[in-house]
Amino acid sequence: MSLTVRIPTQLRTLTGGAGEVEVDGATVGEALKALDAANPGFADRLFDESGSLRRFVNVFLADEDVRFLDGLATPVADGQTLSIVPAVAGG
Amino acid sequence: MVDFVTGLRCRECARTFPAEALHVCDYCFGPLEVAYDYERIAGAVTRARIESGPRSIWRYRDLLPVDDEKPVDLGAGFTPLVRADRLAAELGLGELWIKDDTANPTGSFKDRVVSVALTKARQLGFKVAACASTGNLANSVAAHAARAGLDSVVLIPHDLEAAKVTMTAVYGGTVIAVEGTYDDVNRLCAELTSERPGWAFVNVNVRTYYAEGSKTLAFEIAEQLGWQAPDHVVVPIGSGSQLTKVAKGFAELGKVGLLDEEPAVRISGAQAEGCSPVATAFLEGTDAIRPVKPKTIAKSLAIGNPADGWYALEVMRQSGGSCAAVTDGEVVEAIGLLARTEGIFAETAGGVTIATLCKLAASGAIRPDERVVALVTGHGLKTVEALRDAPGGGPTATIAPTLAAFDAAIDFDPAAEAPEREEATR
Repeated sequence: MSLTVRIPTQLRTLTGGAGEVEVDGATVGEALKALDAANPGFADRLFDESGSLRRFVNVFLADEDVRFLDGLATPVADGQTLSIVPAVAGG
Repeated sequence: MVDFVTGLRCRECARTFPAEALHVCDYCFGPLEVAYDYERIAGAVTRARIESGPRSIWRYRDLLPVDDEKPVDLGAGFTPLVRADRLAAELGLGELWIKDDTANPTGSFKDRVVSVALTKARQLGFKVAACASTGNLANSVAAHAARAGLDSVVLIPHDLEAAKVTMTAVYGGTVIAVEGTYDDVNRLCAELTSERPGWAFVNVNVRTYYAEGSKTLAFEIAEQLGWQAPDHVVVPIGSGSQLTKVAKGFAELGKVGLLDEEPAVRISGAQAEGCSPVATAFLEGTDAIRPVKPKTIAKSLAIGNPADGWYALEVMRQSGGSCAAVTDGEVVEAIGLLARTEGIFAETAGGVTIATLCKLAASGAIRPDERVVALVTGHGLKTVEALRDAPGGGPTATIAPTLAAFDAAIDFDPAAEAPEREEATR
């Protein structure tokens, strides 16, 4: 499966400034690992010591928070967009 | 312009950053916190200096993250702290106070945070103020931007209360209704921040400064109590930011020597059952906050993925506070109770706070020997929809304009209602 990953400003130093990157993978977790393989440094920033998403990192698959889906095990479909977004406050 | 800010620091990994428009750590995405030189503040600030300042949040400028001779200001803050004896009697409490933030310029506590955020944004050179909002923040950003001559772009969920939409649009900025929940709007704004670096999103890229404005609630409560911290404060939880900043505010007053005694304030949180990820985690004794899809009339608190939820949990637990969630029915009842006993009309978030106060008083988590303050953070006119169909939400009776119809409609004895006076003839 080929996916588009949207990269927030804070992580664009890892992509040479690119705001979008194409990766392959069958699940959200595989896609993020592929992102790290092509752009070393992502894994450190996205995952904690146990391999889970850091608590202030939100990942959205087709605009749905993957925490509402199957997390990193969520299967992906060809052509979907994955967005990495820092958590923000508000009200 | 002198402020006492030394920089920004990540709450998660402690990396430090300059005091610019940064909101998350670019390493771990942890939220950034303003760091101050408290020794220098302690040397500069005094009660007298504060008391001679303006009757607004800017009397506490030494403890805010931006100093400016002419802040972006509509007069936010220094709202009434009202002794609530009639409500206390209903709840079996002793000394109870309401911090009445309905009295702010746009009717909610958000004026505190926006005044700080836009003052800093203007200093940083931004020309556009933007935000994601459940309504109250939208009102305040649009109003303060108008005041400051900034353009505003406000994004809100499409299903907000009518008053909150009108109260935003009237100021002439751009208002975008998004088909989704607040969490969808917030995610869109977080992405927009990367694409529109020239815009100050008050709750995103200048959030670090914005959030500090909530400390003024604690500053005012302590000053209004004669420079004493209360024993227990009840705070509504949306993102969790306000609760953590109220705690920080009391701690700072102690740290810079403005209080006679070290503050020991128990801080309790209030959520609506239809959106209670923090209360659920508190009651389950876990740190894991599971995001939820909100469904509650308390739309100003309807944040399903609360960014500061972990810190709010930490504050409640470490301070010996509690946390509860209340139903929409209890919220409506509590709005009526506060209005009936104290003459204060709260929006649904205030109803959440008062209903939680009732619940925690009944369970013994809030005690009659405590000096208690409940935060009523927004005005009831913003959410009249919530009451329209509730008992007491309309006229007592609708009658023909005749004395007979009036007498038939009311059931009290006119003699019993007459003012007491000395008998003139005997």
